[in-house]
Amino acid sequence: MDLGQINPVLLVASLMVAATPLLLAAIGELVVEKAGVLNLGVEGMMIVGAISGFAISVETGSPWLGFVAAAIGGAVLSLLFVLLTQFALANQVASGLALTLFGLGFSALMGQSYVGVKPPSMGDIYIPLISDIPVIGPILFRHDPILYLGIALTAVVWAALKYTRVGLILRAVGENHDAAHALGYKVIKIRIMAILFGGACAGLGGAYISLIRVPQWTEGMTAGVGWIALALVVFASWKPWRVLLGAYLFGGITVLQLNLQAAGVAIPVEYLAMSPYLITILVLVILSADKSSAPASLGRTFHASH
Amino acid sequence: MKFKSLLTTAAIALGLATGAVAQDKTKVGFVYVGPVGDGGWTYEHNKGRLAIEEEFGDKVETVFVESVPEGPDAERVMTQMALEGADLIFTTSFGYMDPTINVAKKFPNVKFEHATGYKMADNVSVYSARFYEGRAVQGHIAGKMTESNIIGYIGSYPIPEVIRGINSAYIHAKKANPDVQFKIVWAYTWFDPAKEADAASVLIEQGADVILQHTDSTAPQAAAQEAGNVITFGQASDMSEYAPKPRVSSIIDNWGPYYIARTRAVMDGTWTSSNTWDGIGPGMVEIGEISDAVPADIKEEALALKAALADGSYHAFTGPLKKQDGSDWLAEGEVADDGTLAGMNFYVEGLEGDIPQ
Repeated sequence: MDLGQINPVLLVASLMVAATPLLLAAIGELVVEKAGVLNLGVEGMMIVGAISGFAISVETGSPWLGFVAAAIGGAVLSLLFVLLTQFALANQVASGLALTLFGLGFSALMGQSYVGVKPPSMGDIYIPLISDIPVIGPILFRHDPILYLGIALTAVVWAALKYTRVGLILRAVGENHDAAHALGYKVIKIRIMAILFGGACAGLGGAYISLIRVPQWTEGMTAGVGWIALALVVFASWKPWRVLLGAYLFGGITVLQLNLQAAGVAIPVEYLAMSPYLITILVLVILSADKSSAPASLGRTFHASH
Repeated sequence: MKFKSLLTTAAIALGLATGAVAQDKTKVGFVYVGPVGDGGWTYEHNKGRLAIEEEFGDKVETVFVESVPEGPDAERVMTQMALEGADLIFTTSFGYMDPTINVAKKFPNVKFEHATGYKMADNVSVYSARFYEGRAVQGHIAGKMTESNIIGYIGSYPIPEVIRGINSAYIHAKKANPDVQFKIVWAYTWFDPAKEADAASVLIEQGADVILQHTDSTAPQAAAQEAGNVITFGQASDMSEYAPKPRVSSIIDNWGPYYIARTRAVMDGTWTSSNTWDGIGPGMVEIGEISDAVPADIKEEALALKAALADGSYHAFTGPLKKQDGSDWLAEGEVADDGTLAGMNFYVEGLEGDIPQ
């Protein structure tokens, strides 16, 4: 056992990378659920985003275009969910599950010719002087741009929900869609926008895995991150900063436990392997002791005639 | 009413028709633990399935279900396959062992073949490849090539198959380079590219310049390529898209010939429950081309080792060897018996850390 082999600076830097896909997907889902819609298709939208982003960045040579395509890909798939739940008034849980299954299969089909291809690298931001500061530089100022986008998005979503009129309307739709409708707000339209936003974020999260974290395309490569994102939103009591905290905790402990294993720490590996799930849930459950609850209309179908 | 009965008749007729056709064909089912596009373990099993189709053409029908979790869900998938008339079912992961035995009891007329396990029955065969022979060759190259003397190893689950691989790689790395140290990380998954990539990055950050993997995806290869100056080995499949560097060689599982032979046995009615464990010699394990990133003399040594393993003149576990706790295992010149290897649950002397129980 030699903890000196673990470089804390590299550890913190890599935990931020490990947390970003989760953060992006979860923050999108948070907005969707705040609007009163439960979309269980996060995993499906992520994997479609992963292959869309990968394919476009390989074809064009630009990771930026890749991420744009990933957001569009995720949003397009979520359109299917829109059709099913907002127009056909289908059950949201079943539609979300179908979306995941469809996304996994469809991405495998699209990705067949991209197995083993190396994507263009995005490169990390480098700011002279600031990026060279010991410790703080590598941790805060030497990442890829999408990682900062994830943090910025959290801040924007938080501010928008809390301080803006748009946020207020979105929350009203999620809490009581009949009342919002009676006040003249277009419930369906607002929900569609929220679902598309959620799809785009999930797509970005997926592309972050295929373009930056791994980087390669493999079938089924999101391997359950979408489900963790869903759980995270609930445990974070639908609060953006707690989602960020939860994602970093989860990513951090995942990377930390691998580090501890490699350094030969004498904790049974089984405990290490389950620790990310346990600790993240524990911390967020303790935080949510303030009785914040789910949006009241979550998962309920809206029809104007009601 | 009339329309309904018409439909029913049509459906029954169709069912009878397909039933009649199905009787001529031998139906072979495959249960996979990952997606067929994983580029590794499942990809090779699927190549074996395609080899059956090519060999027998119209006389067989193959079906597969991919990404089946190890556990109760696997039982459901196998039961479904048996109910749909499969004559022979290959279950291709260690964790399917008990589900395979359970389902086999319910369908005595269906033949089952379980990969990498050890539980047999009248209608359950087991088969595996001596991957550890390939690990010996990898270990030798790894020991010779490492400059930091730290070799990272990504394990999946602590089962005998994986532990054998670690031991074999370590013994031969140590022979090639007495200063070598192994860092082992258990991923607790066969297939999770993001996690596998994280594990590889962690090992590289902690000084490893050689990464061996016993997980199914090519993600560790990508992570090593990103880090630069790290070498890796293809696992289960050639993974040649990462050659010549980081991937300098590979272990390739060649299931095709075995699958064809077993399918033929079912067709002829000569199938009996058996235990097959083949290595480099019979061709079930192949060593992928050693790339130019490896110096010529090391390549030559590795090929000589491969040849000795293939013709049986050398066994990868030859004494003197001690267990991790310092107790004697094999005396000078003694070779390990298959029983001990099949249930291997200990590290050899020199490896650090405990095997998760």
